[in-house]
Amino acid sequence: MSTNPNNAAPVAKLKIAKYWAASCGGCDISLLEIGPNLLELIKIADVVFWPCAADFKYEDVRNYPDGYIDLCFYNGGIRNSEQEEVARLLRRKSKSLIAYGQCAVDGGIPALANLKTVKGIFNASYHDNPSIDNPAGVEPQPVTPSEYGDLEIPRFYPQVLRLKDVVPVDYEIPGCPPQSDRVWEAILALAGGQVPLQNRNVKVACYDKAVCDECKLEKRNVRIKEFKRVHTSIPEPGWCLLEQGYLCVGPATRSGCGALCPAAGMPCEGCYGPAGDVVDQGTAMVSAIASMLDARTEEQAQELIDQIADPTGTFYRFTLASSHLKARK
Amino acid sequence: MSEPANTAPTDPRPAAGPDWQPRIIGFLCYWCSYTGADMAGTARMKYPPNVDIIRVMCSGRIDPELVTTAFARGADGVLVCGCHIGDCHYITGNHKTMARMPLLKRILLDMGIEPERFRHEWVSAAEGEKFSKLVAELTEQVRRLGPLDWPGLMRARGVGHGMDLKAWGE
Repeated sequence: MSTNPNNAAPVAKLKIAKYWAASCGGCDISLLEIGPNLLELIKIADVVFWPCAADFKYEDVRNYPDGYIDLCFYNGGIRNSEQEEVARLLRRKSKSLIAYGQCAVDGGIPALANLKTVKGIFNASYHDNPSIDNPAGVEPQPVTPSEYGDLEIPRFYPQVLRLKDVVPVDYEIPGCPPQSDRVWEAILALAGGQVPLQNRNVKVACYDKAVCDECKLEKRNVRIKEFKRVHTSIPEPGWCLLEQGYLCVGPATRSGCGALCPAAGMPCEGCYGPAGDVVDQGTAMVSAIASMLDARTEEQAQELIDQIADPTGTFYRFTLASSHLKARK
Repeated sequence: MSEPANTAPTDPRPAAGPDWQPRIIGFLCYWCSYTGADMAGTARMKYPPNVDIIRVMCSGRIDPELVTTAFARGADGVLVCGCHIGDCHYITGNHKTMARMPLLKRILLDMGIEPERFRHEWVSAAEGEKFSKLVAELTEQVRRLGPLDWPGLMRARGVGHGMDLKAWGE
């Protein structure tokens, strides 16, 4: 594709693609965060599709031969039919499809919508909300007839899915967003042929152990006496946040981030998903937190549990689509 | 560990329909509750056969994940039983259970699972009668609620690898 005037012989460069689906766009920024290494990346790879940064159309991708793209980074979950269609298209055109970021890996923040019914989501988005002015009660329709023919918009799915629920995935890079230095290591390993392009759901750019393993805060073996929240009190520096009563999801979260949040006095939110071989991060956290309570009777335990504001939203903040139950009934 | 499939392929019992019977998974601790259930059996007490009992060494071993997995794979109800507080063979195993299960209950509620489908009780080795009554009560509650059929729900929404997804309202 590309020709470099300084090089006499054309160099076989990697072809990389990046796509965003149900996500915030932070993953695109996180790839740019590799900084000066971007120049290295451009030396070894050509971008052939990246809606956030380069002007390619779906039609261009359709015209590529199958398996044309070497590394395809897909960030975001599957919320509607367009995202599924592009996932299938990119799977066909890519040698290696990489779920990039927590939304593609475990559903991420968008998957929290799985706690609501579709009716509830539409109601909050188009009808019952102080900022909405919709007296006619209009809702987007999948097909709208017009004088130019039928206009179609993507269809809304009943729940947010992970990328691997729709197409086979080779590698997964967890994190919200993934840490750029880990990502760069992973890209180099893939580009340098140190790992095969084809694989099955292998998590890279992270470690197996929990965030607590990387966390520098001191454990004093104290049980939780009350639950606190960061907007109501200030934690004591240097001391384990969970022991102080701040809901830190570190014990149930995969490491790789370097425990950045606890070091800055913010409890871990669990953005790297479940640690090790654990599938369900939320119940793992329930298990962990319940064995740390300072309760000798059922009443004391109940009293402490009632202080937790939103266990489902806190423990499954980034992984609801990967949980055993996946979505609300 | 590979990710478990969200189906129950080997169970011949219908998950819904006219022949449906409540399917309840019971996690019972070895030292008290399982012996209590055993006592109900040896004393020939009658109670519904709807609870599939899984014996664990301690109720503190019952990871909440086991409960959500049971529901996700097709259980209509889940029963968790352990020694009374203070009676745990491992001293404080059930102290963990007494905090885990109420917390889990809040999560199940958020997922739309009726609280009557999940029961957490202490049953000692001598309480065969309590166990038989408990099972009868829970089975009746679940029967009134009807099938949960989580795998069917997910299938109907088209959730699963490589399945054709159905959009909402189609």
